[in-house]
Amino acid sequence: MLLTYYFWIKAVKSGSIMWSASCALAYFYMVSSWGGYVFLINLIPLHVLALMFTGHFSHRVYVAYSTVYILGTILSMQIPFVGFQPVQSSEHMLAFGTFGLCQLFSFIEYVKSKLTKTQFDTLFSFALVTVGFAAAGAGVVLWASGKIAPWTGRFYALLDPSYAKNHIPIIASVSEHQPTAWSSFFFDFELLVFMFPVGIYYCFKELTDANIFIIMYGMTSIYFAGVMVRLMLVLAPVMCVLSGIGISSVLTTYMRNLDVNQLKKSVTSTAQSSTRARRNDDSSSYPRKNEIAFGVVCMMTFFLMTYVFHCTWVTSEAYSSPSIVLSARSGDGSRYIFDDFREAYWWLRYNTDEDAKVMSWWDYGYQITAMANRTILVDNNTWNNTHISRVGQAMSSTEDKAYEIMRELDVDYVLVIFGGLIGYSSDDINKFLWMVRIGGSTEKGAHIKESDYFTPQGEFRVDKSGSPTLLNCLMYKLSYYRFGETYTEQDKPPGYDRTRSVEIGNKNFELEKLEEAYTTEHWLVRI
Amino acid sequence: MGQLGEVAGILRKLYDEYRTTTPKKLKLIDAYLVYVMLTGIIQFAYCLLVGTFPFNSFLSGFISTVGCFVLAASLRIQLNKANQSTFNVTPERAFADFVFAHIILHLVVMNFIG
Repeated sequence: MLLTYYFWIKAVKSGSIMWSASCALAYFYMVSSWGGYVFLINLIPLHVLALMFTGHFSHRVYVAYSTVYILGTILSMQIPFVGFQPVQSSEHMLAFGTFGLCQLFSFIEYVKSKLTKTQFDTLFSFALVTVGFAAAGAGVVLWASGKIAPWTGRFYALLDPSYAKNHIPIIASVSEHQPTAWSSFFFDFELLVFMFPVGIYYCFKELTDANIFIIMYGMTSIYFAGVMVRLMLVLAPVMCVLSGIGISSVLTTYMRNLDVNQLKKSVTSTAQSSTRARRNDDSSSYPRKNEIAFGVVCMMTFFLMTYVFHCTWVTSEAYSSPSIVLSARSGDGSRYIFDDFREAYWWLRYNTDEDAKVMSWWDYGYQITAMANRTILVDNNTWNNTHISRVGQAMSSTEDKAYEIMRELDVDYVLVIFGGLIGYSSDDINKFLWMVRIGGSTEKGAHIKESDYFTPQGEFRVDKSGSPTLLNCLMYKLSYYRFGETYTEQDKPPGYDRTRSVEIGNKNFELEKLEEAYTTEHWLVRI
Repeated sequence: MGQLGEVAGILRKLYDEYRTTTPKKLKLIDAYLVYVMLTGIIQFAYCLLVGTFPFNSFLSGFISTVGCFVLAASLRIQLNKANQSTFNVTPERAFADFVFAHIILHLVVMNFIG
């Protein structure tokens, strides 16, 4: 993404076809790696439109955008996932429209250069009437006949954040899709949060083509980062760039006022008096320039140093631990490792048939495929919503109904994550409501209603007062099998769930259709 | 009706001025541009008449014509002496870039045409 933007800025600045072609190649690489390429193919046309509106449209921009659009579009259509979308879906229509507008603009400029004003005006108004109506008519026909597909759910949810919650539970369930908290911004960016507006201010002071681009990139990515936590990664580079601009502009402004001569006492009197005379003219704006400049420079240095400390601390604490091996501090301060995930995956790898199929929730799909080397039903790609919904229906139904679904899907093993023994809070029981919502969102799961799994007062409880539908569903039974006889904490009855902090309601039941194959050391993974 | 006559007069004047002021090299590129545009129009008309069955082939061919048009237009802009101030590329560099972009374009078109 950054390479594409770098080449784009280079292309706009130089107007050379080579940089534009390189931009298109970088864009091709971006399309092949992430669905977020839609952001690029909308930001670049927005930039061109902004340049048109501010009067910065020049031949360089024409050359750059036309080359990038044409080469980029045909390259992106080579990726099977994208296919013919660039000419059919609404997400790409802005780029297409801007391309047409570019051609029109350039042609009009060319004709204008050959004619006098009055002649050009008559010709222009004539052309506008005929061509304009024809184009508008064609556009309306295409829209009405549905040839142009509307925005897909993924991207529409960015413009209307409540859309996913109401219509597509699987998009709403991903934790990375939740709106960003203010604290996340400060946690990830610290000082940059304050220098970002400063950078934008300095970009506005000197509006070149590249600065307009950076401003637009900054504003759009900060909006999207606010809508969805995952898009912080799109915001991060432009935060750094704009803050860099801000910090360096501030430092340049103040360092100019720093006068080293004043610190040296051993200057000849004539030189001293002449410099003092010069400075006396300057100091009419505000007094004690040197001291203030020194203070500001020291303050910025202090901020930059604390920023470095903050970043290294955040990286070591939050972004360095593997999510597959958990650790905790025991009473005497030493580290205790929970390696249950890998233990379970290795068990699967060495103790099951090579063509065994494992049913689990989609969060663990990639891990099972990579480490256990077994076929799974659904994985993190969340490509097939109906299939995931089927798995959700199996997890939410009673053992008999679930057995029918599992036979239909040809499942050999079921894998669940259970955190009740050690108090791990990201287990499947805590995710269970999403399974219910997603399971109930398709046709075959229409009988599954979320309200059945709550108590009459509307609470989600796993103890005696929990809803009987919840206490008898497959997920409950697989998580709490044999848990009723287990002691987890001192002074608590057997079957005390440490994550939910309650004693479970349905103990001492037998599994009729399934059999326990393996439970890891701390009961984190149960197969 | 009067306005149509005016427009026709303006167009004729435009054509005359074009013929006299444009250097030969640029006229050559302009002829090429007209040819490519005609090819594109013919392809599009064919698609409208016969249907889009091998859609990738149609798209590939059509985008090939549009791409050639755009690249040649860009080359013409860069070679035009009047625009020397906005670019800082020599004519040789402009042509080399043109060839580079064309290589990429035709490689992709060959792959896409199916």
